[in-house]
Amino acid sequence: MVIKSPQFHARLHRAGEAWQVFARNRLALVGLGLVLLLAVLALLAPWLAPFDPTQGELLSTRLLPPSGTHWMGTDDQGRDILSRLLWGSRITLFIVVLVAVLAAPIGLAVGTAAGFFGGWVDQLLMRLTDIFLAFPRLILALALAAALGPGIENAVLAIAITSWPPYARIARAETLSIRQADYIAAIRLAGASNRRILFGHVMPLALPSLIVRVTLDMAGIILTAAGLGFLGLGAQPPSPEWGAMIAAGRAYVLDQWWVAAGPGVAIFVVSLAFNLLGDGLRDALDPKGSD
Amino acid sequence: MMRKFAGLVASLLLTVIGLLAVTFLIGRVVPTDPALSVAGDRATAAQLAAVREDLGLNRPLYVQFGRYVAAVAQGDLGASLLTGNAVTSDIARVFPATLELATVGIVFGAAIGIPLGVWAAVRRGRLADQLVRLMGLVGYSAPIFWLGLMALALFYARLGWVGGPGRINVGFLYSVEARSGLMLLDCLLAGDWEALRSAASHLVLPGALLGYFSLAYISRMTRSFMLKELSAEYVVAARAKGLSEARIVWRHALRNAAVPLLTVVALSYAGLLEGSVLTETVFSWPGLGQYITNALQSADMNAVLGGTLVVGAVFIGINLLSDLLYRWLDPRTR
Amino acid sequence: MLEVQNLRVSYPSRDGGLIEAVRGVSFSLGRERLAIVGESGSGKSQTGRAILGLSAPGAIVTADALRFNGTELLRCSSAERRRLRGRSIAMVLQDPKYSLNPVMRIGEQIAETLCAHRSVSRTEAQRRVLQALADVAIADPERVAKLYPHEVSGGMGQRVMMAMMLIAEPELLIADEPTSALDVTVQLQVLAILDELVRRRGMGLIFISHDLRLVSSFCDRILVMYAGRVVEEIEATKLHEAKHPYTRGLLDCLPRLGAPRHPLPTLQREEAWK
Repeated sequence: MVIKSPQFHARLHRAGEAWQVFARNRLALVGLGLVLLLAVLALLAPWLAPFDPTQGELLSTRLLPPSGTHWMGTDDQGRDILSRLLWGSRITLFIVVLVAVLAAPIGLAVGTAAGFFGGWVDQLLMRLTDIFLAFPRLILALALAAALGPGIENAVLAIAITSWPPYARIARAETLSIRQADYIAAIRLAGASNRRILFGHVMPLALPSLIVRVTLDMAGIILTAAGLGFLGLGAQPPSPEWGAMIAAGRAYVLDQWWVAAGPGVAIFVVSLAFNLLGDGLRDALDPKGSD
Repeated sequence: MMRKFAGLVASLLLTVIGLLAVTFLIGRVVPTDPALSVAGDRATAAQLAAVREDLGLNRPLYVQFGRYVAAVAQGDLGASLLTGNAVTSDIARVFPATLELATVGIVFGAAIGIPLGVWAAVRRGRLADQLVRLMGLVGYSAPIFWLGLMALALFYARLGWVGGPGRINVGFLYSVEARSGLMLLDCLLAGDWEALRSAASHLVLPGALLGYFSLAYISRMTRSFMLKELSAEYVVAARAKGLSEARIVWRHALRNAAVPLLTVVALSYAGLLEGSVLTETVFSWPGLGQYITNALQSADMNAVLGGTLVVGAVFIGINLLSDLLYRWLDPRTR
Repeated sequence: MLEVQNLRVSYPSRDGGLIEAVRGVSFSLGRERLAIVGESGSGKSQTGRAILGLSAPGAIVTADALRFNGTELLRCSSAERRRLRGRSIAMVLQDPKYSLNPVMRIGEQIAETLCAHRSVSRTEAQRRVLQALADVAIADPERVAKLYPHEVSGGMGQRVMMAMMLIAEPELLIADEPTSALDVTVQLQVLAILDELVRRRGMGLIFISHDLRLVSSFCDRILVMYAGRVVEEIEATKLHEAKHPYTRGLLDCLPRLGAPRHPLPTLQREEAWK
C-alpha cells in the first residue's frame, strides 16, 4: 500500500476546493465545456467531417450557400466549409498547445530565476523581458514570421517567442512574494539546496497564477495565429487554417458572406471559450486578482 | 532627483538598444542572403561578393550591429524593395493615416468606455454590469479583421451607410492638399465640405471598430478601478459626510481611479497601433499597418523591420509618457 | 436622542449561509458619552455603521426600533438618511491615511461637508473651513487647507477628519476607533481636542474602541460587546464592579504599573457568552 505524503493530501484538498468554486461559475463551466468540445472535435475530425477538406468539386459545388448537405456552405474551391472547420480545429489546437508548451516553461524559468536569485540576474533577465514587451505582440510575431518564412511551425515559433515575456513577469512577481515567506527560510535552514527550493517549492507555488494567465492568453494566441493566417503566414493552402479561410473568403464577402463568416465564428467561439475558462480559473485560484 | 532621472534615461536607452538588437537579429534570421535581394538573382559571384563587402556582411556581428545602430540614429532605415524609396520617408508618408485612425479609435473608446465602466461598477452584479462585461468579452474574443470584414459587408455593401475601403472617395483623392496628413484636418483646412463628409464616412467604420476594441479594455479596467475605489475607506467617509452618490462616484471615486485609468488609456492607444495592422488591411487604409503587411507579403524585410522598429519606438514612447503622466497626476508621488 | 432596540446586522456568506455581525443590540443615548468596547469581530464597528446606514453592500439591517430624535431611521428614504449624515449624525473613522480622499486638498474636503448641507457662499465656506481647522487646534489653518492628506501627520490627519465631520454642527458623533491608528502621545492630544469639542457643542458621543482603560476615563457609560451581543452595560465610574466574566476578564488582563502580575492573566472565552 502506498502512503501518500501530507503534502499530497493538502494539495488534493486545495484542488478540490478550487474545483468547487470553479464549478459554481456557470460561464466558466460553459467555457470548459466548449474547450473540451474543441478537443474532441479536433481528435475526431477525420471521422466527423462529412467531406474532404482539401479537395472540392470546382464545377458543381462552388460557393454554395448553407443547406442541408453543406451546413455551412462551400467555398470558392467547392470545398465543404464545415469539414474544413473541423479539420482546421486540429491546426488551432496544435498551435495553442504548442505555444503554451513552449512559452510557459520559458516564462516560468526566466521569471522564477529572476525573482529567486535577484541582483544582476534579475536585472539582466528583466531587461530582456522588457525589451520583448516593448513590442506589440502581433507586430513582433509578424516580423519574425516574415523573417522565418511562411509555414505553421514558423508561426508557432514566432508566437511563442512573443508570448513568454508576460509569463516571466508573473512568475517573477509570484516568486518575489513567495521568497519572503517564512517557510522558505525554514526549509533552507533544514538544509535544502537552492535547486530544490526553486523546483520543489517556488515553482509549484507560482504555477497557479501562471496557469490562469496562460489560459487567459490562449484567446490572444488564437487571435494572433488567425491574424498571421489571414496575412498568409502560418499554415499554407490548402491547409484549412481558420485565419487563412477568412482571407480566402474576403473576395466573396459581399455576396457569399458565409465563406468568411464560418471560420470567423469558429475563432470567436473558441476564443470566448478560453476567456470564460480563464476567468473562471482566475476566480477559483486567485480571487484577489478578480473583482 | 537627478539620479532618478538619470536612471530613467539609462533604462530607456537600454530598452531602445534592445529594441534595435531584436530588429537587427530578426533581420539576420532571414534565410535568404540579403546581398541577393540587393544585387538581384542574376548577379555574378564577383558582383555578389562586392555587394556583401559593401553591406558589411563579412564583418563580425557586433560591428554590423554598430553600423545598424549608427544608421538608425541618422534616420536611415534602408530602402524599401517595393517602393524603392527610403523606408523612413515611406513611413513618414503613411504614419499620419494610422495616427488619425488610432486617435479616432481612442476617443471613441475612452468617451464611451469610461462612462460604461463607471456605470458597470456602480451597478455591480446587476444587468448593466453583465451587459458591459459581455461587451468586453466579445471584444476580447472576436478577431478584429473578421469583424471589420463583416461590418464592411453589412454597413457598406448591403446598407450603404458608410464609405467603403480607403480614406476618401476616389474622386477626392487628389483634390485635397495633403498638408498635415490627417485627412479630416486637411479637408477642413481646404474648406472642402464634401470631401470632409466623404473622409468622415470612410473613417467612421474602421475608427468605430478600433474604438470598440479599446472600449472593451478601457471599460473593463475602469470597472475594476472603480470597484476598488468604491470600497475604499474614504468613500465611506464621504458617505458619512452626507454627499450625494453621484458626487461620490464622479468627484471622489473616479478622480482617484483617473490616475491609473489615464495610463490605461495611453496603453490602449498604443495597443491600437497593433490593432490597426489588420484593420488597415481589411479597409485598405493606407497607413503604417498596411505598409507593413504589404511589405510582409513581398518579403521586403527593410520595410518590415523599419516599420516594426517605428512601432516599437512609439510603444516605448507612449509607455514612458504614461509613466510620467502617472507620476504627475498622483499627488502622492510628486 | 438615539434609541436602539434589537439591532441586527447580518451578511450573506460565500456558501449561502448568514453571518450575524450584530445580534440584538439595544441601548439608548442622550446628550452623554457612551462607549462601545469589544475585541475585533465583536460587532462594535458594525453597530456604529448601521446607525448611520453605512453598512457594507449586501448587509441586512433590522431593528425593532432605531430612532434618532423620534425619527425611525429604518423607515426613512435613502435621501432622508443621507440628509441626516454629516448634518445631524457624524462619524469619525479610524485611519486618516485611508479615510481622507488622497487626491483632494484638505480645505476642499472639509468645505464639501458644509456645502452638501447648507448653501453658503464661497467666501463664507472658506471662512468656516479655516474656523473648523482652528477649532481642532491646527496652528496654521490657511497652509493646512491647501495641503493634501498625505502631507500631514497622523495626528493632524485625524484632527482634519474631525474638522471635516463636525463642520456642519451635528448633534451626535460616532467615533469609530478614532485614536487606534495613532501613537500613544498623539492619542492623548487628539482625545483632548475631541473632549473639548464634544463638551463645548453639547453633542452626544458614541466612542467605539477596543481599549477599555481609555474609554473608562473618557466616557460616562460603557457597553461591552462580545460576538455581536451586549454582555454588559455599566457606568464608567462603576467599572470595577463589573459583573460579567468577560468584562472582568478584560479588566484583569490589563497590566497595571506598580502591581506585579506574574503570570499575566489571559482572557478565557466561554461559549456561553455568545
